[in-house]
Amino acid sequence: MENPAFVHHALVLSLVLFALGTLGVFLRRNVITVLMCVELMLNGVNLAFIAFSRAAGTLDGQVLVFFVIVVAAAEAAVGLAIVIALHRHRDTLDIDAFNVMKG
Amino acid sequence: MSGPLLEELIIVFLKVALVIGALLGLFALMTWIERRALAFMQFRLGPNRTGPFGILQPIADGIKLFFKEEVMPAAANKWAFLAAPVVAVTTALLAIAVVPYGPPFTAFGRHLQIQIADLEVGLLFIFAVNALGVYGTVLAGWAANNKYALLGGLRSSAQMFSYELALGLSWVGVIMRAGSFRIGDIVETQAGSVLSWNVVVQFPAFLVYFVAATAEVARIPFDLPEGETELVAGFHTEYSSMRFALMQMAEYINMITVSVLATHLFLGGWHSGIPGLPSSGLYGFTWFGLKVGFILFVFIWLRGTLPRFRYDQLMHFGWKVLIPVAAVWTFVAAAVVTLNPR
Amino acid sequence: MMDAAVFYAFAALAVLSALVVIAQRNPFYSAFALIVTLCSLSVIFALLGSPFIAVLQVIVYAGAIMVLFLFVIMLLNVRREDAGKGGARTMGGIATGLVVLLVLQVGAVLVRLQPGPATGFDASTKKMAQVLFSPQFLYVFEATSILILAALVGAVALAKKEP
Repeated sequence: MENPAFVHHALVLSLVLFALGTLGVFLRRNVITVLMCVELMLNGVNLAFIAFSRAAGTLDGQVLVFFVIVVAAAEAAVGLAIVIALHRHRDTLDIDAFNVMKG
Repeated sequence: MSGPLLEELIIVFLKVALVIGALLGLFALMTWIERRALAFMQFRLGPNRTGPFGILQPIADGIKLFFKEEVMPAAANKWAFLAAPVVAVTTALLAIAVVPYGPPFTAFGRHLQIQIADLEVGLLFIFAVNALGVYGTVLAGWAANNKYALLGGLRSSAQMFSYELALGLSWVGVIMRAGSFRIGDIVETQAGSVLSWNVVVQFPAFLVYFVAATAEVARIPFDLPEGETELVAGFHTEYSSMRFALMQMAEYINMITVSVLATHLFLGGWHSGIPGLPSSGLYGFTWFGLKVGFILFVFIWLRGTLPRFRYDQLMHFGWKVLIPVAAVWTFVAAAVVTLNPR
Repeated sequence: MMDAAVFYAFAALAVLSALVVIAQRNPFYSAFALIVTLCSLSVIFALLGSPFIAVLQVIVYAGAIMVLFLFVIMLLNVRREDAGKGGARTMGGIATGLVVLLVLQVGAVLVRLQPGPATGFDASTKKMAQVLFSPQFLYVFEATSILILAALVGAVALAKKEP
């Protein structure tokens, strides 16, 4: 297919998404929302990979995106299991409540 | 606007109008057929007052639903409550856009097929839209702020994505045989006699597909999510009038899509099975219609015959029986395709 | 031209829903905004010539991972988050986020990606499969399947109730 002119703009979009995700990770106090902001960052990275892959003309970037998606799935599963275990312990999902290693 | 672009747009609009019109008409007809057929199986008459043989019953139902009062529980989450039927219908209608509804034919000097979008990754797109279809149920169950609805919504979405896996795996053998994700290509591999249909060549895949599709659409025997005698009305308890009609429409359209897919993937699409009979043009449409009608009838037949699965039986069956069978069949199909390269 | 219009529309949608994700107090709405972001990103992937990744994004990310998030949110009955206490932490967070954004945008301007080869970019499923199963990536592919198995066992073990 012929080259789209917006490949660079896709890169800019990916960086905006990554920055928004970082902002969310710092600002939010709910553990699950923090996890969702991490997923947002991962998506920004995926878009950057696809944009670079398109620019370079090779498929390696897309294969890496495939693996990033798979690993993100595994990470989301384990992360949410940890959230469930934490909730069972402290009965709250506020990040500030988990500042003690004990108990 | 330039000439060819305008022509393309007009053709697409015509196709969209035709497909949606036909599907909505079929939806109305299906409600009538289901009630009559089910009634005969249960040794009673079914609707027979509105018009001859009750044929105007769907219209009567439509009028009733249209004029009913729309009730929304006070504690319900307003946006989610309004969005759930929209999501359900949108995903149902998206899936019908990539499926062909008959053989390719030539008209006005052009090569046409009643398929709104012929994607290279057609089957994957349908799988993706099915995956999104879970959200209609989840939203509906959660939004109503009602424990029956929530339980129904959770159960239904768990059931849907459990059987989605088996559904996808059952397609892999068919895709491997055709070497492509395009539905048109898959139908072409089944040209010829009945013996080249995937239902014969890949019978276990057809069984897995049919069971998983019944569970995806939440038809009996897998209709616990809307278990009328158990959970009031499951995830659509709090819906009335047009929103309820929309969710019913989404369910029936899903059922029709699944039947059309079964026809294309396993029953040879628009090809007649017998080498002598023609399968192009109007004949192809007839064969296609007959096969889809047969699958729809089997769905109704199952509804009248089988009892409902209990939830734990359902999950056990999906994960511990269906997925291993589908996986083993994928392995067998891969071995056969590797050993007989086309 | 049509492609560019669709791209900008869905890029705007993606940024707007990302803003909703980080700003919305109720995690349920954040989750749905994230789903909208994921689907618009999928459209952008398709526009950039990767149909396989686009569909994969919807199937796995929007269709499975987010369902998992929604299940946990519904089961733990997560309420609206209280308003933050304000103060140093929030300010520090906003400052860091803005600095990150600035740095990244400078980087984007410096990199100035060229659109790429004029023709012949073929990222169809067949080509992707050929690359994925080639000796270069085959080992990684098999390793990720073991990773998923480990995540499965780990998640079940972590979330199980103590008898």
